Amino acid sequence: MDLYVELLASTIRMSVPLILACIAGLWSERAGIVDIGLEGKMLIAAFVAASASAVYGSAWIGLILAILASVGFALVHGYAAINQRGNQVVSGVAINMLAAGLAVVLGNEWFKEGGRTPALPPEGRFLPIDIPGLSAWDDVPIIGPLERIFLSHSILAYVAFALVPLTAWALARTRFGLRLRAVGENPHAVDTAGISVAGLRYRAVIIAGVLCGISGAYISTSLSSSFVRDMTAGGGFMALAALIFANWRAYPALAACLLFGFLQAVGNFTQGASLGGVQIPVQFINMLPYVLTVVLLAGFIGKSVPPRASGIPYTKDR
Amino acid sequence: MMMASRGELPHWVDVGLIPLINLAVALIVSGLVVVIIGENPFEAMWIMLDGAVGSLKGWGYLLYYATNFVFTGLAVAVAFHAGLFNIGGEGQAYMAGVGAAAAGLGLEFLPWPIVIPLAILASMAVGAFWAWIPGVLQAKRGSHIVITTIMFNFIAASLVGYLINYWFRPVGKMAVESREITGAYIMSFREVAREFFGVRIASSPLNFSVFLAIVAAFAVWYLLWRTKLGYEIRALGANPAAAVYAGIKPDRIIIITMAISGALAGLMAVNEILGVQHRLVLGFVGGAGFVGIAVALMGRSHPVGIVLAAMLFGLLYQGGSELSFAKPEINRDMVVVIQGLVILFMGALEYAFRPWVAAVFFKAEGK
Repeated sequence: MDLYVELLASTIRMSVPLILACIAGLWSERAGIVDIGLEGKMLIAAFVAASASAVYGSAWIGLILAILASVGFALVHGYAAINQRGNQVVSGVAINMLAAGLAVVLGNEWFKEGGRTPALPPEGRFLPIDIPGLSAWDDVPIIGPLERIFLSHSILAYVAFALVPLTAWALARTRFGLRLRAVGENPHAVDTAGISVAGLRYRAVIIAGVLCGISGAYISTSLSSSFVRDMTAGGGFMALAALIFANWRAYPALAACLLFGFLQAVGNFTQGASLGGVQIPVQFINMLPYVLTVVLLAGFIGKSVPPRASGIPYTKDR
Repeated sequence: MMMASRGELPHWVDVGLIPLINLAVALIVSGLVVVIIGENPFEAMWIMLDGAVGSLKGWGYLLYYATNFVFTGLAVAVAFHAGLFNIGGEGQAYMAGVGAAAAGLGLEFLPWPIVIPLAILASMAVGAFWAWIPGVLQAKRGSHIVITTIMFNFIAASLVGYLINYWFRPVGKMAVESREITGAYIMSFREVAREFFGVRIASSPLNFSVFLAIVAAFAVWYLLWRTKLGYEIRALGANPAAAVYAGIKPDRIIIITMAISGALAGLMAVNEILGVQHRLVLGFVGGAGFVGIAVALMGRSHPVGIVLAAMLFGLLYQGGSELSFAKPEINRDMVVVIQGLVILFMGALEYAFRPWVAAVFFKAEGK
């Protein structure tokens, strides 16, 4: 019983960075900007959050600086994609490499630990929120386990989950959201209506930067207590997979991230152990999200259709 | 706003001067990073140059790295010519290692002149297969090649990990790697010098695969500019709609191009597994597949440019590791930063400085 509670709580923990990055990708790609650089933005944010928290002893300062760093990278991507009409995939690849390199080079210089950052004190981390009086329920059947699964997380996790309905609502109901989606489907129409395509796309890219920043900060200051190289371990790409899996929609994105988070949690739990008498090599659990995404992309289970103008630079004077 | 400055510039400006300016900017920004961490960028550059080209050992390492990057760079470039972005070189090379090791270990009873060509073919075949699937999925099912090849990198990472752990690792061995290939491996220059000429030369992993890289570069040039298939590949990349009217079948070209691309990436495993490691080890590709993207962009997808760009990256890799010994403050990953900046300025921001160059140029011409 306890094992299952722990597994499900871990599922939620593992899916939080995925949800944040996936929603980041959703905003960006719904506005027509392909974002391969989710991973890099998460990584630089994880590094900055851990470094700043270590130096200033405050997780919040770490979070704010992480968001700024991630937005900085997002703006580079935005400039390349929007102003320069460069290849967005190439730009994303560049951002991933820059982040991976810079994090280690700067970390090595600042903390002299080969790219690691120092272990964070409790005030430098986002720890599970202690809700007063909640622990009294710990041993109550049904409520206790549910409480331990759903209410044992840091504030950033709740932010991530709150962002899903917020995003769904904003994209479906607000003027900004509708325009943003229009810019991802038919930028010419938006331009004809006298609305700035570049302005909308920049806003989308910045939102993606903010969310990747939170995602990275969660990884290094909540899931863990320091930064180590390549810490995001492909999470940005898994979020990208989840985004495709979810057909670029918010609630399905949540479901896909929970599924992938669950697979990660199972992978962590069954390292070298057997499941139900059958030995499943952990490698197969690890590759499952990617295999599922490929199968989905190939149209064997449903069909995944990206926003029509995604990846295509907008040229006004044609 | 850009159109006004996108006038006709002489060919040499577009293929020579502008890429050089972009490269210079990438290197200047890299230098700024070195300044930020409080070191002297000129001193760093000198240590890197000296470490890479100041000794025979340095050259050996430079060419060894360059061999890998020529293969992965050519892989990316061939796909570029067809308008495809193969980000999967990393996974294709990793999978190809399984082919190289399986042939090298499984055919040990045969003499090496037979085994080595077979092992090379096995590497190419497995690499090609791992790119062929995304190619088919793109051509027949419309799945975007960029996404599928990214996914295939991760699938390969897990799959090869599994294969090494459960199939290649000898029973009772702790290290996650295959047994050593003792019969049919590709000799290093050092070993040849010692065994056949009794000379001791500087230690480096440089081996005969470097000639394979030259052959591959020539073969790619011949394929692209001297064969019908190459013409079709380039036509599809230049203008898919026109290519269809010219009777070119896009599906067929996409699939074939991806297979060729994967086979080229697979050759990287020949250098690394048959030439250097002599066993299948975890993570032996070590990012060379991604360096290939930078190399292809920098080399303008032309084999000559790719060989030069691969050597420059070989210099950066070898110089970078010497630099991190001499100056522990500058981490080895500085090379990854430079790589990222090269991809950014030579790829995504390719035309950023063109309006300025054009302005200067037209002013000089008095137009």
